[in-house]
Amino acid sequence: MKYQSQKVAYAYFLAAMGLFGIQVLGGLLLGWIYVSPNTLSEVLPFNIVRMIHTNALIVWLLLGFFGAAYYLVPEESEREIFSVKLAYIQLAILVVGTLGAVGSYLVGIHGGREFLEQPLWVKFGILVAAVIFLFNVSLTFLAGRKTAITNILMTGLWLLCLLWVFAFINPDNLSLDKMYWWFVVHLWVEATWELVMAAILGFLMLKLTGVDREVIEKWLYIIVATALFSGILGTGHHFYWIGAPGYWQWIGSVFSTFEVVPFFAMMSFAFVMVWKGRKNHPNKAALLWSLGSSTVAFFGAGVWGFLHTLHGVNYYTHGTQITAAHGHLAFYGAYVALNLAMFSYAMPLLRNRAPYNQVLNMASFWLMTGGMAFMTFTLTFAGTIQTHMQRIVGDYYMDVQDQLGLFYLMRFGSGIAVVLGALLFIYSMLVVRREVVKPGPVVKDAAVPGE
Amino acid sequence: MSELLTKSRARNVFYGGSIFFVVVFVALTAQSHRHIVDKATAGMPLTEEVRLGKHVWERHSCINCHTLHGEGAYFAPEVGNVMTRWGAQGDPELAYEILDGWMKAQPSGIEGRRQMPHFEITEEEMRALAEFLRWADQTDTQNWPPNDAG
Ligand code: HEM
Ligand SMILES: [Fe+2]
Repeated sequence: MKYQSQKVAYAYFLAAMGLFGIQVLGGLLLGWIYVSPNTLSEVLPFNIVRMIHTNALIVWLLLGFFGAAYYLVPEESEREIFSVKLAYIQLAILVVGTLGAVGSYLVGIHGGREFLEQPLWVKFGILVAAVIFLFNVSLTFLAGRKTAITNILMTGLWLLCLLWVFAFINPDNLSLDKMYWWFVVHLWVEATWELVMAAILGFLMLKLTGVDREVIEKWLYIIVATALFSGILGTGHHFYWIGAPGYWQWIGSVFSTFEVVPFFAMMSFAFVMVWKGRKNHPNKAALLWSLGSSTVAFFGAGVWGFLHTLHGVNYYTHGTQITAAHGHLAFYGAYVALNLAMFSYAMPLLRNRAPYNQVLNMASFWLMTGGMAFMTFTLTFAGTIQTHMQRIVGDYYMDVQDQLGLFYLMRFGSGIAVVLGALLFIYSMLVVRREVVKPGPVVKDAAVPGE
Repeated sequence: MSELLTKSRARNVFYGGSIFFVVVFVALTAQSHRHIVDKATAGMPLTEEVRLGKHVWERHSCINCHTLHGEGAYFAPEVGNVMTRWGAQGDPELAYEILDGWMKAQPSGIEGRRQMPHFEITEEEMRALAEFLRWADQTDTQNWPPNDAG
């Protein structure tokens, strides 16, 4: 840690991990309700738990991004954060707001637009926190050295905060409501967040592989260009059946197909940088999460996204478990795993300990990733059967669901693996201080083929 | 590619191209906005009652179990065409009666069946909710869903 003020990232990462725990426990309960639907049905219905599950996810991912920005902007800009105090105030607002939202959901106070259910005061709190954040990092950024990593990170963060304005715009016309709702949801995960992802991944590659900055930064601009060129008009893949004009079927299909490109590019980028890199950085866990994130993002967002994005396919799969399968793996690969990569990299430095091998952390990677992959497969099978029975044969929804019990049971099992993995991750970050498996001796320049 | 595509060129392509796509997107959105208001949802007036119904729908967070035009939580049936399914799309009184009967019968308490909560909804709100669902059902959704099962 080169700059004292980077330390604020520590508080952000702690809060993020706390909400991560709440998110996955909520998810496990939801998985159980699918298996045993009478569970808590009178006290804590499915819709309430789901709001906690999705909202906790979104807020902790954002806290992770903010923390990552506070960690890497000083290092890239070569100066302290403009105001450490503002950074803590921002965090306090977000934590109070989130706990307030969870509390009001539990007593039945909430809005009814999916993911944007926060009571108005919480929405305003988030807005204030976003303004404080932009002010604080922008002043740091403007005063210091500008790099492609911070340029892209700032562009992504500014745009995603600006899009939050659409959380306040709720037209009475349902179709308009839906159209503007996607300005937040789609233009976050398939445009602005991708910029943040690329910037953080670039930073991690710079630190972990030691590849020349010029090379990394050129890659980054190409990646984010493909992200926005495809992702903006790709929003059309959500406008097929909500009352918007038919031309979106072609625009959405064509442009969202190209959305696979930035995810493929980020995966290739990560692997090429690791091959090129001559640095043997000891933090292998951070490296594993970085490579894992870009790979699973390619499958979750790229492959599973493309699976149902063409309008001829989406006509049948829209709103089935296929969507759920994709949503889970895409969020996990692109944003959960990326945040955990950043935590794995930064926590040893923030806590002043050696960046040792972190074997338990790596075990948690395989547990969580294995669990998420399995969950995605079971939901995809369930969704395939659902699509056929309901959308093609025309069987009634509830009758179809009765046929899918086995898949939901297996999905619950995979959820247990994910929760264990998440808890193991948090434990390995916060408690473990020593190497669990002793590394072998370093062999200097052992015959490398072709050298 | 290193000679042709320098870092600063890549950056300029990124910024310039993105602005271009934002402009195209905003123009298409404006056109879509008009299409939705003037055509796709014009089959039924957006009355005060429909507006109230939408707020009732939101206040109870129905979207976090059901889907509406295919968006939502996939835990409970599609309701964008529920009035068609009930044969009540053309009959406001029938729509209200079936909906009211359905909502009052929840939770079913049947063991092993997904449960819908009980909601405190006044008669005025229930009528509004029925109108909102009829209003949603008349939207031109490009013939989605493929059949009445939703
Ligand atoms: C990391 C990036 C991504 C994330 C986090 C993500 C997440 C999600 C989520 C959560 C939904 C469900 C939204 C709802 O509640 O209705 C969704 C829907 C969808 N996504 Fe993605 N997505 C990503 C990237 C992509 C990409 C790259 C594509 C296309 C290649 C894609 C195609 C779709 C489509 C077509 C739907 C609508 C499904 C339906 O009709 O029900 N997504 N996505
Ligand atoms: Fe999307």
